[in-house]
Amino acid sequence: MRYLPLNENDRAAMLDVIGAESIDDLFQDVPEKARLKTLVDLPKHQSEQAIERHMAKLSAKSVSAGSVPFFCGAGAYKHHIPTTVDHLIQRSEFLTAYTPYQPEISQGTLQALFEFQTQVALLTGMDVANASMYDGSTACAEAVVMAKRVTRKSKAILAPGLHPHYAAATQTLASTLDIQIDERDCRPGRDDHVIDHITDETACVVVQSPNVFGEIIDLAPIAEKAHKHKALLIAVFTEPVALGAIKSPGEQGADIVVGEGQGLGVGLNFGGPHVGLFACTKKLVRQMPGRLCGETVDANGERGFVLTLSTREQHIRREKATSNICTNSGLCCLAFTIHMSLLGDAGLKRLAALNHEAACHLADIIDGIDGAEVMNETFFNEFTVKLNKPAAEVVEALAEKGVLGGVPVSRLTEGNEDLLLVCVTETASEDDIHAFETALKEVLS
Amino acid sequence: MKNEGRSTTPVAANMNRPDTVSGSKGLEQAVKLIFEVGTPRRTGIDLPEPKGRASRLGSHERKGEIGLPGLSEPETMRHYVRLSQKNYAIDLGIYPLGSCTMKHNPRLNEKVARMPGFADVHPLQPISTVQGALELMEQLSHWLMTLCNMPAVALTPKAGAHGELCGMMAIRARLDADGQSQRRRVLVPESAHGTNPATAVQCGFTVDEIPASGDGRVNLDALREKLKESDDVAGIMLTNPNTCGLFERDIVEIADLIHGAGGYFYCDGANFNALVGRVRPGDLGVDAMHINLHKTFSTPHGGGGPGSGPTVLSDALKDFAPLPFVVRDGESLKLVEHEGEGAEASFGRMCAFHGQMGMYTRALTYMMSHGSDGLKQATEDAVLNANYIQASLSDVMTVAFEGTCMHEALFDDRFLKDTGVETLDFAKAMIDEGYHPMTMYFPLVVHGAMLIEPTESESKGELDRFILSLRSLVERAKSGDAESFKQAPVYAPMRRLDETRAARNPILRWTPPTGEAEAAE
Repeated sequence: MRYLPLNENDRAAMLDVIGAESIDDLFQDVPEKARLKTLVDLPKHQSEQAIERHMAKLSAKSVSAGSVPFFCGAGAYKHHIPTTVDHLIQRSEFLTAYTPYQPEISQGTLQALFEFQTQVALLTGMDVANASMYDGSTACAEAVVMAKRVTRKSKAILAPGLHPHYAAATQTLASTLDIQIDERDCRPGRDDHVIDHITDETACVVVQSPNVFGEIIDLAPIAEKAHKHKALLIAVFTEPVALGAIKSPGEQGADIVVGEGQGLGVGLNFGGPHVGLFACTKKLVRQMPGRLCGETVDANGERGFVLTLSTREQHIRREKATSNICTNSGLCCLAFTIHMSLLGDAGLKRLAALNHEAACHLADIIDGIDGAEVMNETFFNEFTVKLNKPAAEVVEALAEKGVLGGVPVSRLTEGNEDLLLVCVTETASEDDIHAFETALKEVLS
Repeated sequence: MKNEGRSTTPVAANMNRPDTVSGSKGLEQAVKLIFEVGTPRRTGIDLPEPKGRASRLGSHERKGEIGLPGLSEPETMRHYVRLSQKNYAIDLGIYPLGSCTMKHNPRLNEKVARMPGFADVHPLQPISTVQGALELMEQLSHWLMTLCNMPAVALTPKAGAHGELCGMMAIRARLDADGQSQRRRVLVPESAHGTNPATAVQCGFTVDEIPASGDGRVNLDALREKLKESDDVAGIMLTNPNTCGLFERDIVEIADLIHGAGGYFYCDGANFNALVGRVRPGDLGVDAMHINLHKTFSTPHGGGGPGSGPTVLSDALKDFAPLPFVVRDGESLKLVEHEGEGAEASFGRMCAFHGQMGMYTRALTYMMSHGSDGLKQATEDAVLNANYIQASLSDVMTVAFEGTCMHEALFDDRFLKDTGVETLDFAKAMIDEGYHPMTMYFPLVVHGAMLIEPTESESKGELDRFILSLRSLVERAKSGDAESFKQAPVYAPMRRLDETRAARNPILRWTPPTGEAEAAE
């Protein structure tokens, strides 16, 4: 087997040193009845070539986003990833290193994390960010749990425009921790009315902007009302590129900002791995979940970086930890930070402008099609279309015509059958947009 | 090359390594922060000029500078390559972190994960367009269930700790469904990994610690005592092999005791790599167990993630599995994404979308490469390598518990007694020998613990060199040379870092030097 360096001579010599007769001696603690006598019922080892062939066949059974006109978003976004990003994250020293617990020989990972944390703080307009969570949805759930710790109150309001998967992941975690979630009805709109539900009992209000329907929400008045009642505003985003065009949640008074970073540096990957971003104000930092990287000096006084404030974490605090999280999304946050380093302010803003412009263009076209109506007042690169037919049937019909034409809202939450979420990024060409227009006209007529 | 007239013999070197003007030292390149290299006006990506169409952003447009520095492509490349050279990695040498399983990461896995039908597929595309991706998930499930002899697997958990959450939530859901909501006490051995108690609490359980016996395993008498009053017992969380690298000999009896008390058996599968192909958790009475694809099945650790923690479930728990999951519908596959689609008992959704596809592809590629025969051999070699290290060092270091170990060897710090050298110093001295240190100070049940997990990826030659290094370090420690240990490491890119200072006055992001900030205003 190509991955195993020992040969039979080695094994015999090693058993001799150990003083064992056979390998079975080393498994003697396993109860007799649980010892497998034969190989498990699975195929035997295979060559690289055989496996590549098998996997290529499987891969070919799906329609990849890059092979067709593509307009899906709803929490996962297709952007062009510079070649440099994928090359760098495959360097052995990044790819095959563990969590940087030995800082003297992990400065590569640690400095990249420090830079990542700074970029996320700048992007979100917050004081500090952690070294990433699994994804945006789990970051959202953790933020709500954190709000309970901070406020010692247990009611959370979720805005109607919060991505239904984020709401569900939050609901799951909250259900076991005596956090009451205000009932929500996922529907398009401006989300402003969450203000009316904030009371002294509210621990936090969770608002996504742009929301799952694409509408951009004015967070400042919600933050103001929340703060009046000693509640936290948790701002959520699913598309990091949007923050190159719209006001940051930080400048609008958010206390915690969580979001999905996949749009920068990380591919669609059928939904994972992605990278959860988590930022907050300085005064909340000791209540944060997840790893944090901090600056310090070494014995020679040279600047260096270490994992820090770990007394919040499970390996030190055990049952009193802020979260059970251990693994973060290391390599994905490296991809994010490299992509962001290439972009810089200037690149990010231009990328955002191109996305927005393409979306405005497509929205005008769709609005001109009989049986389709764009519902948004505002949007960034994604908007909601009301159709004269069930959206799930429409996307299937579009797929048959070779167009991946968006995400039906009914895919995310039961109901709202006539609503379609359409997203367009810089990757869509004029030809793609034209193909979508033609196909949609045919399907709706 | 013209060497005439020049001495090719190195002169007795000045060992002080004098400072250089550049800050670099030969191949050891100095590296600034990106904020000190790039500027917000520069970018390393060519994008077309926007056409300036009307905006639909309303009054929400972001104005002013964000402050993100941009680097050209060559600057970016150089920055991250220089950074990478300050990292130790499994591709450089033995990485014997106990309980972390740093084994070889085959590059075939990377190639497969990047195939467009897996990497470039949107999670919410029409189901008819993602049949290959769903089939891969079905195949992975089949391999995992077969290796575990368990009837179901929830693929979505995003890491080991998330898998723990999945298993414990399933147990809670089952208890609630049976009207047993008073069962909220979870038994956790004191040697458990910190995620276990943290997970139990995150699921709304309380933690009751079981002491270890003298041989490093669960104290059966103490467990029986804990179960005398058992109306409130939800279950046990037990790692097997445990965090001392030992197989819990009484595991079947433990499972019977817990089941007899009305509770469920959660097995932490972090050490499943010691069992694959030789022992199936389903045969031990396990009700739920997460599998760290990034340990046992070799998906790369990537400097701290992403992981993946599929969780196998017993018949008693499988109806409570989280959404979504893949089911076969005749010739094709579909995803159950909502409770109303036949998942009424599901405890809900743990995350957006369907889990860590990128890890599924890598893990399945790894498993198929090994096959049933290779997986078993890998397990045996991992256990053999650990025992070889234990046997080869037992005369100079102190083995924590007598007898053979499984996939990792645990030592305590008795052998360092009166030397003035502590576990931390010993670990740092290993860095100078060119090795990543072992896991230190874990498990907590052993004083000054050193947990060495070589994995099956090491050759005998590599192990022999490693053993020789450790033996010489022990000799040096015992010779009274504590000072050199306190100074270590001296050959790493950095000397020891001041962690106390980092925690006391946390600097968690870069800020412009004060003069610069004022100038910008």
